[in-house]
Amino acid sequence: MATPLRIVIAKPGLDGHDRGAKVVARALRDAGHEVIYTGLRRTPEQIVRIAMDEDAQVVGLSSLSGAHGFLFPKVCELLREAGLDDIVVFGGGIIPERDRPELFEAGVAAIFGPGTTSTEMIEFLEGLEA
Amino acid sequence: MDRRELARALSSSELITAPARTREPWRVLGVTGSPGVGKSCLVDRIVSNWLSRGEKVAILAIDPSSPVTGGALLGDRMRMASVDAGDNVYFRSIATRNLPGGIPARLNRMVDLLVHEGWTRIIIETVGSGQSEIRIVAVADRLLLVEGPARGDVIQAEKAGVLELADLIVVNKSDLDGADRVADEIRLSLNLSGNEPAPVILCSAETGHGIGELISILDSLPPVRGPAIARARERLLAAHQESLLLHPDFSDVLKSLTEGDISIEDALSILQRG
Repeated sequence: MATPLRIVIAKPGLDGHDRGAKVVARALRDAGHEVIYTGLRRTPEQIVRIAMDEDAQVVGLSSLSGAHGFLFPKVCELLREAGLDDIVVFGGGIIPERDRPELFEAGVAAIFGPGTTSTEMIEFLEGLEA
Repeated sequence: MDRRELARALSSSELITAPARTREPWRVLGVTGSPGVGKSCLVDRIVSNWLSRGEKVAILAIDPSSPVTGGALLGDRMRMASVDAGDNVYFRSIATRNLPGGIPARLNRMVDLLVHEGWTRIIIETVGSGQSEIRIVAVADRLLLVEGPARGDVIQAEKAGVLELADLIVVNKSDLDGADRVADEIRLSLNLSGNEPAPVILCSAETGHGIGELISILDSLPPVRGPAIARARERLLAAHQESLLLHPDFSDVLKSLTEGDISIEDALSILQRG
């Protein structure tokens, strides 16, 4: 068995919906990875701190509140400031197409919206290891 | 070593060069008990208390890996609000990676490193699978067993094992009915065993009742409680297991074993060759 990736699944900001985040966490677990779920309503600062302390290689951000345009780039920026720019950030939730270019620009590596299969997501993450 | 270097080093025992720690003064608290008794919430209370008196507290929370896929969902952290801020607290989720006893082989070295880096209190929260978890005494200086009300027959559930090795037994959820009775049953069982019984106290992680008493008992416990030979045995077994796991041929042997090419006896003789 390959060494599992350590993946933080986080819910930034004021957003009470985490069904999607939990489904993603479970799918990644079933693909053989170690998933740390942060719980709801974490600040970008807390998420970066968690990623650092847990020695994560990947951070997944889930947002359904509409505040992704602020929160996702903020997490990427704080990761860079902390010297953690080798951590891969991906996003999910309700992220309109028109908002995505800006998020990619800010450092988000991929966005998985509703309808994404877990296989697509896992292939993306496991492609990172190669 | 900064925080990030510490986090990296904890990922791999090969990166840990810290000397083996001394056992005095005590620093390492093991917290065990069945799922749902409130270990994480109780640990959150203990952490807040220690932080407020100036300790540097590290928490190592262990959760099971899937025996099928090797994956793990590590969720203890979300129950502990006190751990995501401040320089004096460090929280790390650890997957068992399918080791018997639920204690990853490198745990002892992780604790050595944390002690060396100046962390004054280290809490290890076990998986919570009950009586098989005595391996924790190989690492912990103090063992706290958490019980709760409404678990049916406590004595039946515990039989022998952790109950005999615990330095302190806490019946959590004292705000609920039945906690008194569970505490009495445990006291009775311990008194019958004939040895100096471990203290049994009531507390509530929900309301904070009894937390102060818990903290002061932990501080005042005698240096070594419980049967020294049981602790030594677990330490020896843990060290032996670690040496098997770190053997360069371990994965090859495991693969041959899986495919039926060699027997368990062959596997052991290869791994014990040195």
